[in-house]
Amino acid sequence: MATAVVDVTDKRSSPLSDAVVVRFAGDSGDGMQLTGGQFTLSSALAGNDFATFPDFPAEIRAPQGTLFGVSAFQINFGSSAIDTAGDAPDVLVAMNPAALKTNVPSLKQGGLIIADEGEFNDRNLAKAKYAANPLDDGSLAKWQLLKLNISQLTMDAVKPFGLGNKEALRCKNMWTLGLALWMFDRDRAPLVDWLNAKFAKAPDLAAANIAALNAGHAYGETAELAGPLKQHHVDPAPVAPGLYRTLTGAEGIALGLVAGAQLAKLPMFFGGYPITPASAILHHLSRLKEYDVTTFQAEDEIAAICSAIGASYGGSLGVTSSSGPGIALKGEAMGLAIMTELPLVIVNSQRGGPSTGLPTKTEQSDLYQAVYGRNGDAPMPVIAARSPGDAFECAIEAVRVAVQYMTPVMLLTDGYIANAAEPWAVPDLTTYEAFPVEFLTEVPEGGFKPYGRDEKLKRPWVKPGTPGLLHRIGGIEKELDTGHINYEASNHQAMTDIRKAKIDGIKVPDQVVELGAEGGKLAIVGWGSTFGPIHQAVRRKRAEGQDVSHIHIRHIWPLPANLGELLKSYDKVVVPEMNTGQLKTVLRDQYLIDAKPVNKVSGQPFTIAEIEAAIEEALK
Amino acid sequence: MNQVTPIARATTLKDWETDQEVRWCPGCGDYAILKAVQRTMPEIGTTPENTVFVSGIGCSSRFPYYMETYGFHTIHGRAPAFATGLKLANPDLDIWIVTGDGDGLSIGGNHTMHLIRRNLDCQIMLFNNEIYGLTKGQYSPTSRVGTTSPSTPYGSVDRPAQPAAFALGAGARFVARGFDVSKELPNVLKAAHAHKGAAFIEIFQNCIVYNKDVFEDFAAPKGAEDRQLWLQNGEPMLFAKGTKGIALDAEALHLKTVDVVDGDWQAAGVIVHDVTNRSVAHMLVEMRFGEFPMALGVLYDDPRPTFEADVWRQNQAAAEGKTADLQSLLKKGQTWTVTEGGPEL
Repeated sequence: MATAVVDVTDKRSSPLSDAVVVRFAGDSGDGMQLTGGQFTLSSALAGNDFATFPDFPAEIRAPQGTLFGVSAFQINFGSSAIDTAGDAPDVLVAMNPAALKTNVPSLKQGGLIIADEGEFNDRNLAKAKYAANPLDDGSLAKWQLLKLNISQLTMDAVKPFGLGNKEALRCKNMWTLGLALWMFDRDRAPLVDWLNAKFAKAPDLAAANIAALNAGHAYGETAELAGPLKQHHVDPAPVAPGLYRTLTGAEGIALGLVAGAQLAKLPMFFGGYPITPASAILHHLSRLKEYDVTTFQAEDEIAAICSAIGASYGGSLGVTSSSGPGIALKGEAMGLAIMTELPLVIVNSQRGGPSTGLPTKTEQSDLYQAVYGRNGDAPMPVIAARSPGDAFECAIEAVRVAVQYMTPVMLLTDGYIANAAEPWAVPDLTTYEAFPVEFLTEVPEGGFKPYGRDEKLKRPWVKPGTPGLLHRIGGIEKELDTGHINYEASNHQAMTDIRKAKIDGIKVPDQVVELGAEGGKLAIVGWGSTFGPIHQAVRRKRAEGQDVSHIHIRHIWPLPANLGELLKSYDKVVVPEMNTGQLKTVLRDQYLIDAKPVNKVSGQPFTIAEIEAAIEEALK
Repeated sequence: MNQVTPIARATTLKDWETDQEVRWCPGCGDYAILKAVQRTMPEIGTTPENTVFVSGIGCSSRFPYYMETYGFHTIHGRAPAFATGLKLANPDLDIWIVTGDGDGLSIGGNHTMHLIRRNLDCQIMLFNNEIYGLTKGQYSPTSRVGTTSPSTPYGSVDRPAQPAAFALGAGARFVARGFDVSKELPNVLKAAHAHKGAAFIEIFQNCIVYNKDVFEDFAAPKGAEDRQLWLQNGEPMLFAKGTKGIALDAEALHLKTVDVVDGDWQAAGVIVHDVTNRSVAHMLVEMRFGEFPMALGVLYDDPRPTFEADVWRQNQAAAEGKTADLQSLLKKGQTWTVTEGGPEL
């Protein structure tokens, strides 16, 4: 290993001396997400494990230089298993004063700041509300500071290509990326290939960007000779041999839904309406028409789900997707899907709420909405993904439950999972068991009953167009078996009981303990995207000899049959959630256990340190 | 693929009646519409199993339960959205949407507009009774100014929507009008069904409990010929037994009624109905009853490609030459292989 620029061996917050956290921060027009994405790919090619956290403003082009217009991308990469995007960055690249101001507080003590001093002019300092230039006034003394005029260096590098000022400055992110690639001893070739492909129609722009990339890289080599900047090599992480790719949660959901539809042998119909951060799923699926996928951008959220239910009624796998506010609008239609017992998958990419809330920030505060948020007694299965790769598996599971039980299923993910990327070992699809749907096509023995049921309490699925099985369905209470309108008290009681029993009876896998033992002093129980920080924190505490285990729930409703007994085998149960305690309430209600909440609703994921502190507190 | 190969066969009115007890108020105009539809179906060459009635919520939306076809009684105002998903899933189905003035123009106005704009191949029967019946008589978006109701005890003050004008404004390629007890209604329905695309039919319907006889001014049998203009493609716009007609005031650019002497409608400047003339259609839907007769029949009919056909065409074109190999899709993009020796591109 080369000499580290930054001391990454701070044992308290990072026992992994071979993991580094880098955050790129700049104006929303500076291309930080792109820089981060490409740096992520280079980390993958270097064989590092990694996790990323894109953090960007809700505004598309926020006014330049402002504090609210800062866009950041954090990556944690290392030579052993990485579960989170990292608590505190070791390196902060700040492309302007606003980026420095909003991001430097989280930088690790002694960490490195690389600042583009060319942007630290009076105008930008004023926009970032700095009274004095922080690069000069000693206020950054507890960190290492590297001031570079990246703007000027980039202009110099791309001068031969005759670009205008504005276009030349657009290459700044590639200069920065070049420097970062040098710092971590990375190969530039894949980036050069990528730039050539991206700007295939504008070879001048490709050449200018490559020149900027090379100049940044060359600057590192030269600067190392001069002194402060050092190269740092992170060894490859030991991972199982196989084919890998980077995967975001939105990609994981889209691919998982397609896989699920194929395993069910159904065409898929996806009804969606643009909403952050769920739109990416619609975008991905709209390009997959050869997989028997029809996508429909509806006029609103309600039409999106209603069209999906209409398609399910017609014999397709209906899917709709949204985020909190859109899910709220879909509530009445979910009730109809429950009443008419049609399969449907509803994906909720959760974001900060209530109301419009924080569209681009992550939160897990729609659990109550998913489990309870409909009029009437309206039970519906809920499945929660923990990571981009897990989103693929959960989407398949959601399809399976929907078609095997003729029910709508809510699939929960969140803004963090949707946008974050992780390395993903490409699964072998032949290892998945198919669950082909059988439509009823003929009058069965004993006559056709639209609301007759099998041993799982599932009613038959009949495609309109089938002779001999004509029937009518709707949202008014159904008569047992016949499905006719029926308002009788005893019938409503019986139908309500059946709807509940059907969902309660869904077979979900027994809950496993992710890390630790069955029974003991303390269980940390999580769901969704908090998996990373909980897992890492529990791992560290166990390494210190503490009796703590990690349980992570995928099937939120119905809960695994063994969960109650499992939780009761611990002295204490702590539930960290990015909400004010929603799963905690469900667990208390279902099992009468004294589950304690640990909550965070800042729009940012938990840090490992926060979970570690919660473990320490609980074990006191 | 969700299509089930339709088998053509002859049917009678009986084949289209369910065993369900009809639950509309005795004397409701809906009974007449139901009969007209059941009478029409055997004549249009479709089968019960290939037909789906999709409705929203309201008195009219109970309709599917009484048709021996497939039927989906959905939620308030959203029938067009369900129909869109269903038709995209199986374009072979013959879809009829049943809605009302509240369902289709108030809570569901947005969906009605977009279904028409997209031109989904289906029939939209909007039963207009100018009142909320099932919720016991509140005024509706088509109620006339001054309508007293439980929610407007001093009379409504907002101006009513005009369903046919709304539909045409939304881009409809077929707009027709009829009324519940009219003998012409089956012909209007047949024309709507023959139109490939979204066919919008406003059907005036008498709510005998909450808005009794509100359409008597033009629908009453006595003197009907003076107050009803039944439009026929290629025929002059004549009414009152041919003694009156509709002409164009070319200077003011609006329609006017003219007297026809001795049957010489040409001399009176009466215009010949051309169902493909969109400009005249706009004038017909705006023609105010009273000053003019009520324009009924097919006001406009000029088909263009349908939404579901375009979607299917695009899906097929986008899929052409590609194999649906999901395993290879999973491997797409920037990948690397980890071997014992480390990662490589």
